[in-house]
Amino acid sequence: MIGRQRDENPDGIHLPLAPLPGHTSRGRLERVLRRGEFAVTTELNPPDSADPEDVYNRAKIFDGWVDAINAVDASGANCHMSSVGICALLTRMGYAPIMQIACRDKNRIAIQGDVLGGAAMGVANMLCLTGDGVQAGDQPGAKPVFDLDCMSLLETCRIMRDNGKFLSGRKLTTPPQLFLGAAINPFAPPIDFRPHRLGKKIASGAQFVQSQYCFDVPMFRTYMQKVRDLGYTEKCFILVGVGPLASAKTAKWIRTNVPGIHIPDSVIKRLEGAQDQKKEGKQLCIDIINEVKEISGVSGVHVMAYRQEEYVAEIVDESGVLKGRQPWKREIRRDDQMVADRLESILHDDITETQVDMVKTAH
Amino acid sequence: MSETIPAKDGPAVTQATLVKKAAPKSDYKPADVSPQRRVQRSFAIRLWSVRHSRLLEWFYARFADMFLLLHPLWKGIGYGRVEGPIKFVEKRVKGFMFDCRMCGQCILSSTGMSCPMNCPKQLRNGPCGGVRANGNCEVEPDMPCVWVKAWEGSQNMVHGDRILTVQKPVDQSLRETSAWLRVTAQAAAAREAAAAAKNGAANTGASA
Repeated sequence: MIGRQRDENPDGIHLPLAPLPGHTSRGRLERVLRRGEFAVTTELNPPDSADPEDVYNRAKIFDGWVDAINAVDASGANCHMSSVGICALLTRMGYAPIMQIACRDKNRIAIQGDVLGGAAMGVANMLCLTGDGVQAGDQPGAKPVFDLDCMSLLETCRIMRDNGKFLSGRKLTTPPQLFLGAAINPFAPPIDFRPHRLGKKIASGAQFVQSQYCFDVPMFRTYMQKVRDLGYTEKCFILVGVGPLASAKTAKWIRTNVPGIHIPDSVIKRLEGAQDQKKEGKQLCIDIINEVKEISGVSGVHVMAYRQEEYVAEIVDESGVLKGRQPWKREIRRDDQMVADRLESILHDDITETQVDMVKTAH
Repeated sequence: MSETIPAKDGPAVTQATLVKKAAPKSDYKPADVSPQRRVQRSFAIRLWSVRHSRLLEWFYARFADMFLLLHPLWKGIGYGRVEGPIKFVEKRVKGFMFDCRMCGQCILSSTGMSCPMNCPKQLRNGPCGGVRANGNCEVEPDMPCVWVKAWEGSQNMVHGDRILTVQKPVDQSLRETSAWLRVTAQAAAAREAAAAAKNGAANTGASA
């Protein structure tokens, strides 16, 4: 038998954890962050399929390396399995998903319903985003909703959690217990407004933030200096977005085509100069992690390795950010094992029983 | 948030530019560019307003006082009855100066005189993460980001720090109504409530 892990409900991995004082959610990510451990989160590439195995397989490669998995909500305005659906599957298996909610596709009625539904399924973390414009995705003819913005969405979630009310003031019988997150982009203009914007997000209810891809460490350092001066690092956990670049060509493409991602020339030069650009991209990511983890006020990293998910484990391992700690990992429990042992014959042997046979064996 | 599909190298292309380039200029292009860009061809006046945000802030303060002074008049005629003509003027004046979208809950004084409803995502609390390096909009590559301008405008203003207050979600039921009259009515109501409270306190003080 494998012993019960830290941050796991003894009655079942799919159940929320015991409430702790000072915690607003019953999830694993908040516990890790509040213990002061360096957190690692990542993003699950949402499948274009209706097969739950696709989600499980994509989550499996992060096993034992990350504290929470972002379930993206049609990122880049491209159609994929919904974040609510991915969260439903992940919570069943005991993972700690971060449910992303984008304001692009849903109005306040749908969003509040999803917050309740997600929380009921055991989603402890929700990340409130504005969302990319529809023009960025595969269906640019869609109607952009943007009924709320990320700030009012955060506030809506906070009101639901703390006041136990909908935005309309109607009461909830059981309020959701949530750890609220937001996104920051320190690398886009207006640069001097960005720290204040984080302050607004904290005022609206953000407890943790994940940043956009950080490739420019000096720029991020200046941002963090300002954020520390304003005293926001005590009120909010900051996770830095990092990720491997596949090649110099990809980097250039991202720089020109993906709004909001800032890649300095030095990074491209470094990739171009390398023999194996993919390996260099990974090494660059590890180097950035090693630099940013030393910046005071940084509580973790958010590793986004789109279509290179298999590198997440290597990046986390080689950067050594976990310091020997092993995040929760899905394991086969004793009872599961027992069922598997006893029922293996049924599962794997190909027996076709007829009702007549069954009656005979019963006698 | 960060979906990237590596493709062939090329300049920045958005749907608007793709469609625009697809046909020669003389052709009829019903979808041409995005709806906002189609309505709005020049940003000169909007940008002038942002540059003169301090002047406009000063002017609006006087203007709001004047409107409040006229409260008895509005009340006499009936707010419902003046709504139509006032809205007519407000829509045209603010439409010309700020490209106003008549959300009916004006926050220009908190956003550096840059109307946030011109943001394709209609953000009322600050810029999204997609602002281009040159300060232009992610969705409308030719348009200066409304919020970059708002930040610049607010820096000139006396009450520029109002940009830091968190705005409530837009109440869609107030669309196409006069914000001037609403603000005036609210200010008058607040003034009366304060006066009533004062009188009440004085009365209880007198009776005691």
